[in-house]
Amino acid sequence: MLIWENILLALSGLRANKMRAFLTMLGIIIGIGSVITIMTLGESVTDSFTSSMQSLGANNVTVAIQPKQDEEEMDGGMAFMAINSSAMPQDKDYITDEMISALRESYGEEMLGISISESAGDGRAENGKLYANVSVTGVNADYFLAGEPEILAGRMLTESELAGDKRLAVVSDKLVNNMFAGDMERAVGSTLEVTTGDSFYSYTVVGVYKYEMNLYNMYFGAEKDIRTTMYIPIGAARAATHSTAGYSSITAITAPGVDSTRFASRVERFLNAYYRNNRDYEVSAFSMESMVSEFTSVLGTIETAISVIAGISLLVGGIGVMNIMLVSITERTREIGTCKALGATNGSIRLQFIIEAVIICLIGGALGVALGVTAGSLASKALGFPASASIKSIVIALLFSMSIGVFFGYYPANKAANMDPINALRYE
Amino acid sequence: MEERKNMIHLRGIKKRFFEGTENQIEVLKGIDLDVYEGEFVSIVGASGSGKSTLMNIIGALDRASEGTYILDGVNIGRANDDRLSHIRNKKIGFVFQTYNLIPRTNALKNVERPMLYAGTPKGERTKRAMELLELVEMQDRIKHNPDELSGGQKQRVAIARAMANRPAILLADEPTGALDSKTGRLIMDIFHRLNKEQSMTILLITHSPELAEETGRIFTLMDGEIIDERKGSLC
Repeated sequence: MLIWENILLALSGLRANKMRAFLTMLGIIIGIGSVITIMTLGESVTDSFTSSMQSLGANNVTVAIQPKQDEEEMDGGMAFMAINSSAMPQDKDYITDEMISALRESYGEEMLGISISESAGDGRAENGKLYANVSVTGVNADYFLAGEPEILAGRMLTESELAGDKRLAVVSDKLVNNMFAGDMERAVGSTLEVTTGDSFYSYTVVGVYKYEMNLYNMYFGAEKDIRTTMYIPIGAARAATHSTAGYSSITAITAPGVDSTRFASRVERFLNAYYRNNRDYEVSAFSMESMVSEFTSVLGTIETAISVIAGISLLVGGIGVMNIMLVSITERTREIGTCKALGATNGSIRLQFIIEAVIICLIGGALGVALGVTAGSLASKALGFPASASIKSIVIALLFSMSIGVFFGYYPANKAANMDPINALRYE
Repeated sequence: MEERKNMIHLRGIKKRFFEGTENQIEVLKGIDLDVYEGEFVSIVGASGSGKSTLMNIIGALDRASEGTYILDGVNIGRANDDRLSHIRNKKIGFVFQTYNLIPRTNALKNVERPMLYAGTPKGERTKRAMELLELVEMQDRIKHNPDELSGGQKQRVAIARAMANRPAILLADEPTGALDSKTGRLIMDIFHRLNKEQSMTILLITHSPELAEETGRIFTLMDGEIIDERKGSLC
């Protein structure tokens, strides 16, 4: 007997009992729906996180100084002293220009450059009565290797300007909106009075870059008072902060094809040679990539946990299907007997009922997918991520609901198939 | 009549239930029966005579505990379930007292069903089903579901369905039992017509002596044995 005929039979059976069929499907709908919701949401978050990490340069290796955690000093009263003595880095603890040139010499092949940024503090830029919040950041030329922001007006600071200490700045279009009513032409060339902490400097604007929303600003920035980065030459930042000793962190821009995680540990070992005699500080290097994979694995764990719960609801749904199939075959005992009298083999009866269970589960699964994709997309949008439904999880969900149908339909179908035709025909 | 093809050949058929237990009972105690091609015979007996059990065995719904059963040259013997299904599908047309049409399935699809199990192609199936429904004068109601048909109409569809795979015998179990006498008459007329025009071999199982009287030969069953065989008015 043809599969198609069985499908038609099953559909006519379901049509006869719409409400019951729907209630039976509900478990499957909720189960599949929640799995797909989680998958869609997870996928959206991962995608958005990965791409924003990528834009930050997932392959880059960040090196930062950190207090030494000597195990001997960790126990007893010594630990207290150790922490005290290393509370603030001294001049000797910073990463020096000398170390950076040595790094450039030794690993010229593995990296495209070393990006340095030095914060000159957060503050307020003023021009007349208008102001904007800024985060003054001194950068070197290599800083823009990972990707230069889009310049909307004026120009980017040149390599030689970045190497120097002239007080020039590139500001965001948000700042221009707040201070120059969006007039970028007027902004370029103007002078901003910038107050950070207790220092006060003026900077000449040479260019305006396009501000990109990122995950961080999305959550912690208010539209009006949003704090945007103001790029200034690294030398100017060092002058402003009177820090001449070195940097607390640098970023090595990894060349394509280099395993950044392994490169990070090599860089760490290389630079720590300079810290061998330093009692308080050492450097630690890590790649964004390892952060991304850590994040992804945490997200994966959450997804798995929720999927297990959804799996339980699918199990309950499957049992519901089995239950209703058992009721259905009992109700249809005579019909089964008749089919057998007409020559239906046990196999074709079994197939008919398995197909019926599979169809219940598939329709439930399809509705669940629709529900999940909708709910997942809405939730992602509400959280501000671009929604991306995972085709893979949809296919898996449909296959899974089909197998629930087969698994939970088999027992009732087999019971139907093995009915004694005589008793079945006589069943009242 | 003896030179005609032997359709049903039963020798020493015994049927025991609860075999091997204390409650063992022998419902059929050695039945010998021959039905030939084109015959219209009836088996009568009170309830408890073993009528239903005999019908189940003849209908290949059940296996005898002992004895030989050859249906249209095929030894049913110890056939397995699938083989029995196949035999029922090809060789036997059931007509039940309670019609037993498949619910939610229209008359046409009901008649097509045995051909579906036989693997007949769609076009041929529909054509044959239409012919049969015409034969029982139900061509106007092919799209009606069973619950939209009267008892007599249902039974006519059931007869058309029984004929679907050109069976060796029609096995009619109290076919008029649930019908009023006028409709019952109509159904009996259809059987007579099929018997005469198509030389259909028909085995009628009934408790009604009047209906049995219309057939060619009448077997009376009592306590699991055939106690009488006589000729009816059809001969």
